Parts: sequence; C-alpha cells; structure tokens
Amino acid sequence: MRFKTMTAILLALALVAAACGDDDAADGDGGDTGSCEVADLNLVTLDTLTVATGEPAFPPWVSGPDGANFDDPESGTGFEAALVYALAAEMGFTDDQVTWIRSGFDEVIAPGPKDFDFNLQQYSITAAREEVVDFSDPYYTTAQALVAFPDSAVASATSLADLKDAKLGAQIGTTSLDFIEDVIAPTSDAAVYDTNVDAKTALDVGQVDGLVMDLPTAYYVTAVEIEGSVIVAEFETASAAPDEYGLLFADGNSLVGCVNAALSTLRDSGALAALEDEWLVSAGGLVSISG
Amino acid sequence: MDSTPIEEVERRGPQALWPRRSPQAREEGTRGALIAAGSTVAVFGFILWVVLTSEAWPKVQRQFFSWFHFKESFPDVASGFWLDIKMFAVAEVLILVIALAVAMIRALRGPAFLPLRIIVVTYIDLIRGIPILLLILLMGFGIPSLALPGVPRSPLFWGVAALVISYSAYTAEVYRAGIESVHESQRMSARSIGLTQGQALRQVIVPQAIRNVIPALLNGFVSLQKDVALVFVLGVREGLREADIYNARTFNYTSYIAAAVLFLLVSVPVARFTDWYTERDRRRKQAMSS
Repeated sequence: MRFKTMTAILLALALVAAACGDDDAADGDGGDTGSCEVADLNLVTLDTLTVATGEPAFPPWVSGPDGANFDDPESGTGFEAALVYALAAEMGFTDDQVTWIRSGFDEVIAPGPKDFDFNLQQYSITAAREEVVDFSDPYYTTAQALVAFPDSAVASATSLADLKDAKLGAQIGTTSLDFIEDVIAPTSDAAVYDTNVDAKTALDVGQVDGLVMDLPTAYYVTAVEIEGSVIVAEFETASAAPDEYGLLFADGNSLVGCVNAALSTLRDSGALAALEDEWLVSAGGLVSISG
Repeated sequence: MDSTPIEEVERRGPQALWPRRSPQAREEGTRGALIAAGSTVAVFGFILWVVLTSEAWPKVQRQFFSWFHFKESFPDVASGFWLDIKMFAVAEVLILVIALAVAMIRALRGPAFLPLRIIVVTYIDLIRGIPILLLILLMGFGIPSLALPGVPRSPLFWGVAALVISYSAYTAEVYRAGIESVHESQRMSARSIGLTQGQALRQVIVPQAIRNVIPALLNGFVSLQKDVALVFVLGVREGLREADIYNARTFNYTSYIAAAVLFLLVSVPVARFTDWYTERDRRRKQAMSS
C-alpha cells in the first residue's frame, strides 16, 4: 500500500506535467451555448456517450441477459445499465452511441481530465466529494440494511442500542460505513473491506456479526450470494442523511446540466420509477430499526 | 607522496592501496562544493518551479497536500498506525526466533536429520513462492472458514500469523547465508574440542553468523514495517487502511501523505541505524585484522 502512495505522488507529478502542456481545449466549455443537442455536447469522444462503471459491476445494478451472468452493461440489464440507456435515448443518443468503459477508484477521483463522460457505480453524493468532482441530481435514494445469519447475535436486533456491542462490517467508501460509525457507533470499530466480496467472506466465516449495505444490494446478497443469510432489518433513514446516488462527472463538466434535464424528464414521466420496479426488489414488510 | 606503494602499505596497512583524492582534488574541493550546491538548487528549484506554477497545481495541492485534510485525517491514521507498530513488534520477535530455528535445522548435518531438512526446505521454497497477499487471504479467510473448534477466527491473529510464516522463510535464508559465511574451520574446531553438532551451532557458529547478517536483518525490519499494512485486506483497521477510508470518503489523497509521514518516521531512522551499524562493524573488523 506504500506503493499506492508513491503511485499517487507520481501521478500527481505526471498530471502537473500534462497540465502544463495542452489542457486548455479539453477543459473548455463546449456547453456554453446551453444547447443539449448531441452535436453541441461537451463529450470525451465526439457523438458518443462514454460511460464508466466498476469492474466487475454487480447486480442488481448491472446484470446480464437471462440473469445467468452479470457484469454485462452493454446488455442494458440491471438498474444502472438500463438507466444509462434510458438517459442516452432521452438525450438523443442511439444505443450504439453508448460506449462503456471500466474505471478503478483512483482514476475516478484523481484530479485532471477524465476518460469518461460520467461514471456510475452507486456513488453517494456528499459535500466533501463535491469539492473534487461533480454529481448529477440523485437517481436513486436508498435505505441502509443489516444483513446477517439468522443465528447470529444481531439477528434479533430491534433497536440501534441492540447493535452497540456487535462487530459490524461494510465496504470502503460507502455510506454504509459512515452509517455504522455515525449512527450506530458500536463499541468495536467496524471492519472495512475493499469490496463487498471480502465483506461477504468475513460474514461467511464469522469474523463479523453483520454487514451494513444498501437495501437493493442486501436483497441480492441474501437471495443469491450468501446462502442462508437474511436481511435483519432496514434502517429508518430519518436518523441519518438520506443516501443518494448520483452520476459522477469531472469537476466543472458542463455536461451535468443536460444530463440532469434528461434525468428530470425520466423522473417526471415515471420512467425512472418503472426502472426501479423492474430491477430493484422492494418486497417491503421488513423490520425497521430507527434511532 | 614520495614513498613507493609498498612502503605506504607497510606504514598504513592495506588501506594505502585504496583510491585517494589527489592533491588537486583537494584544492578543487571548495569550488566543487559550490558547484554541487548550485546545481542542486538549480535542479530542484526548476522542478519545484514547474510544479508550483503549473495551471493545475492548486487542484493537485487541494487533493494531495491539503493541510486541512492532513489535520482531519491524522488522528485516525495515527491510531491505526499504532496498531501497525504493535503488529510489527509482535511479528518481528516471532520471525527472528522462528527463522533462526528453521535455519539451524537446515544447517544440521547427518542422515538422521534428513526428514527435518526436507520439511524446512519445502517450507522455505513453498512460502517464498506464494505472494504474501494471497497467504494473508488464505489464512485470514480460509482457516476460520474451516470452523475448527478452539481455533481463533480473528483476522488480526491470522494476518499476523501469515506475515510471520512468510517473513520467517525469507529471514531463515538470511540466517543461512550468515551460517555459511562462517568458515568451516570454526565448526571443525568446535567439534574437535568435544562440542556436539548442536552445541557447535549454537555456541560457536550462530553468534558469528548473526553478527554477519545484522544489516540484512535490519533491512527485513524496514520491509516488514511496511508490509504489516497488508492485513488491511482482512478488514483490519491499520494506518494505511484508515488513510484509505478517509480517501474513499472525501476523495482526498492527503490522508496517504499523513500515513507516509508516519511510516517514514519509523523507517528512516532504521535505515540510518543500519548504515551506521554496518560502518561501525566494518571499522571494527578492519581494526581486528590490522
């Protein structure tokens, strides 16, 4: 991990060098005209909407045709993949004009030009992040949920106080982690994992009592990924700021306005809600824990 | 400088044959120092100037070198780093002991010890071939999933155990190099005065061997001091992990700078100490031989 620090510093120097050279055109405001016609948009590649997501991208956000596989955004299956094609259509792109690329976390947040128009992988919108990148309006608001095995110490929890002594885990960079630390505030530090895969393994082998994750992911994890696990409860978001997911843009990208316009059209027409119904389970009837 | 090289050697010992600075060089010394200082300032100044005057520097500064974020992230990173230090201390002691035992077993002679030698050679070859991260994942997630009664599940425990197992294999080879650097006559003499094989190893060979490899062992210290951070994959909240968390939360890299400062505070003194020790040891050996 020291290596990561070094890379970060080298990257910084490289970016500085790059910034000295060309950058005036790339940062320019193609959207100054205010027009949202495809030809007028400030795009990374002309006439193409370049969208980035994680590698791999997980259901229910990105799936695959027939549900047999996942991580196939080109298929337009999964909530986020379907949303991108709906947005693209709204903005006047054909499906063929949408290109998917994959991005690591560091490429996304490092300063400097980006190789995508926007990036979506359940990025929570926060004020600190807004200083470095730009977000669209929220496209989904989620509750946090607690996942555990039915025989675990937390399975019968009905209040936040019941979770004080629990060893909980979450994925790094998620609102779930902030939720554990700020709202539940357990006596032992939350375990933090690079990916939900590691978090699930830790739950599986009994190193944590429960995991906190967003509700749609919790549905998928309990149904498909960890046999025997259940959603113990969903947390009432009133006790914390709502967790809103936004599309992530390079800082100052003028494309945000046009994407927001398309997003709001989709919301008003009910198309966004229809996508949620199609891809994100919301069975209801869950126990809820409020602070 | 009128004497012949041979006279010089007689007067000053073998050092007389080493390259020396010529009288001209001494005269040029002051000028040389000035040139060195000037070029150093020019080169580093130029690099700084390029970086600091670039258009994107304010952005880079905000994301990598923000005093605000340094202060914000430092307490968490420091408390995580304290765990690194504790893991390092426990692991290093175990490594020094286990590796020495492994190296001594490997150094045993005689057909009766063959099975033992096979075991340790297999261990060393196998473990050194496995990436340390994989070993940590295998032990940290794999062993607890066996759900054996009485076996700890703690990721911290298995993370440190994996480090000890991995580093002991490398360190055993360092010891072995030390043991082999002790002249065969030492072993012979020890045996001839009636010491057993084990006694000869423990009392005669190993003490000399360790002295020979102390710089290499200290090198391993520095390396381990950074590698303890790898247990983060198991969810352990050590220093770099705290920096990671801060970075993921705020999209700001300054937390890594905070972690780097802490790691440097430990590793630079160890590196200086290693140099100092090596130099002192070299002088002492020369003193003995002349």
